[in-house]
Amino acid sequence: MTATSAAVGAREVVTGKRRRPHYFTHAFLILMSLLWFLPLGWAVYTSLRPYGDTGGNSRGYFSIGGSYNLNNFFNAWSQAELPLHFLQTILVVVPALVLILFFSSMVAVAVSRYSFRLNLAMLMLFTAGNLLPQQVVIVPLFRLYLALPMFAPLSDNGIWYDQLFGIVMIHLAFQLGFCTFVLSNYFKQVPKEINEAALVDGATVWRTYRSVLLPLARPALAALATLEFTWIYNDFFWGILLLRTGDKFPVTSALNNLSGQFFTDNNLLAAGSLIVALPTLIVYFALQKHFVAGLTLGSTKG
Amino acid sequence: MDSSSVPAVAPPASAGGATASLPGRRRRKRFSVLTRRDKLTLGLMVGIPAFIHIFLIWLPTIGSIVLSFTSWNGIGGLDKIKFIGFKNYENLFSNYPPFWPAFENNLIWLAVFLFIATPLGMLMAVILDQNIRGTRIYQSVLYMPVVLSLAIVGFIAQLMYSPGMGFINNFLQAVTGDPKWVASGTAIDWLGTPGLNFAAVLVAASWRHVGYIMVLYLAGLKSVDTTLREAAAIDGASARQTFFRVVFPVLAPINVVVLVVTIIESLRAFDIVYIINKGLNGLGLLSVLITNNILGEASLIGFGSAIAVILLLISIGPIIYYLARTMGKEAE
Repeated sequence: MTATSAAVGAREVVTGKRRRPHYFTHAFLILMSLLWFLPLGWAVYTSLRPYGDTGGNSRGYFSIGGSYNLNNFFNAWSQAELPLHFLQTILVVVPALVLILFFSSMVAVAVSRYSFRLNLAMLMLFTAGNLLPQQVVIVPLFRLYLALPMFAPLSDNGIWYDQLFGIVMIHLAFQLGFCTFVLSNYFKQVPKEINEAALVDGATVWRTYRSVLLPLARPALAALATLEFTWIYNDFFWGILLLRTGDKFPVTSALNNLSGQFFTDNNLLAAGSLIVALPTLIVYFALQKHFVAGLTLGSTKG
Repeated sequence: MDSSSVPAVAPPASAGGATASLPGRRRRKRFSVLTRRDKLTLGLMVGIPAFIHIFLIWLPTIGSIVLSFTSWNGIGGLDKIKFIGFKNYENLFSNYPPFWPAFENNLIWLAVFLFIATPLGMLMAVILDQNIRGTRIYQSVLYMPVVLSLAIVGFIAQLMYSPGMGFINNFLQAVTGDPKWVASGTAIDWLGTPGLNFAAVLVAASWRHVGYIMVLYLAGLKSVDTTLREAAAIDGASARQTFFRVVFPVLAPINVVVLVVTIIESLRAFDIVYIINKGLNGLGLLSVLITNNILGEASLIGFGSAIAVILLLISIGPIIYYLARTMGKEAE
């Protein structure tokens, strides 16, 4: 009791001391926020105005007036074939997410709940692999993708290259590292008695994983799913490296082919950027808690 | 607060596996409980993901190292590969003009992230960690760019910097009051002028990086035991002293994460320069050179691999440092 009241007193001292500089702090924060918001705000403003009102010999971009409408969005949507590319994104993101969470949770359970000789080495290997810059592996990987065979529904040319399947696999390989690391830290907090109880009940390892541990990890899985969705959705590099057919490009990679055609019309560029950014922004605002949790699960518990 | 109690529960499960001989009896006893089928299940649970990971990440990494000592243009079978020793590296250092500027750009990128963007993110976290009114809103705004891909950041940079249609030049035109300022040719070509364009790209990349570091650091700050700060306050420490003498040292684990994230992100940088101008005209980076050696017409595989190995050598240090700091204590 006395300890807490002393603590409260101390807190009052702290806040009392800080009251004066608060104006300055707020001014600084508002300035930073405006600065940080400016590029996106400007994109929204530009996207709502027709090119005729802003480009060429008109009133210019830094102006008010003329008409405001959503035409740029409709044009970007159809000109850039965005529905097609969004479909490719879904075809990559959904299987990749499911496989990443499935495989990484299995490894995490095995290395954190059952002792065996290699578990720390395994965890180190996975984490190190996740931290490698992608460019370190791409030269042989590109050759590998040209050489590896794959059967019909997953590949229409018989190899891994130029296939969404290949993109899913490389995301899986890379992201396994991060998710395993996060999930194994998570499972380490789960009391060991749970395993023992399952064992006593005669549950197999698989059943313990499937019916006991996996449901317990739901919050961590939700956080990772949110984060991984954003990362895979935002991937630009694997698409342009491992795909060739323009129609197969997921939406972020497809931006590469659009830059030439968009850069002559900033209004269209703004609308296109916003459409592509929208899913991640929605996920962020709707699932902010999960998102931040996913990022920090991996870092604070290290 | 809860994270400080985690390690007490955590180690037993894993520590047994790391040191092979000591707790051996305990492990054997544990394993004897598992049936043959259980062991097979565990083997598959680890084996399949591990195979995928090793096959697609570590095998190519070793491949890069081996290929960097060879000459191969990718045409013909693997038997056409010829070992040529360090020749690719010699060529890289002395006969390949884009290499040193790209290397330098990577270093500048790293320096700007390390000494400007990351400290700014940490500063924002420290400020927003106090109970400031509207802290949630500030956090959301600062964090928003982080969910955007670097390719989109490149597009948005174009909206800001484009010489004729961008915000900055149009804003400057409004300030100068000359309606023909942008058209007259005196306007600044932000993304077309070597040197200036790299600075512009760094500003755009930092726009995203600051929020990332802020969130990581905020989570760390939240986990600091409040009684520590209170004790410091009672002892009469100023806010600055409290941070540098008490909070910062306690946050050692998160500082490691922030440091490694900053370095790795700087080495991975690619999308934003590639989408702006394919990494040409002053925007070259090592990652771009490697990619161009694959996607370009002349695919010089050995040569591209040599650049990849340079990138590997730079990144291996921080990776080992990170592993040692985060997992070292478990291994003991």
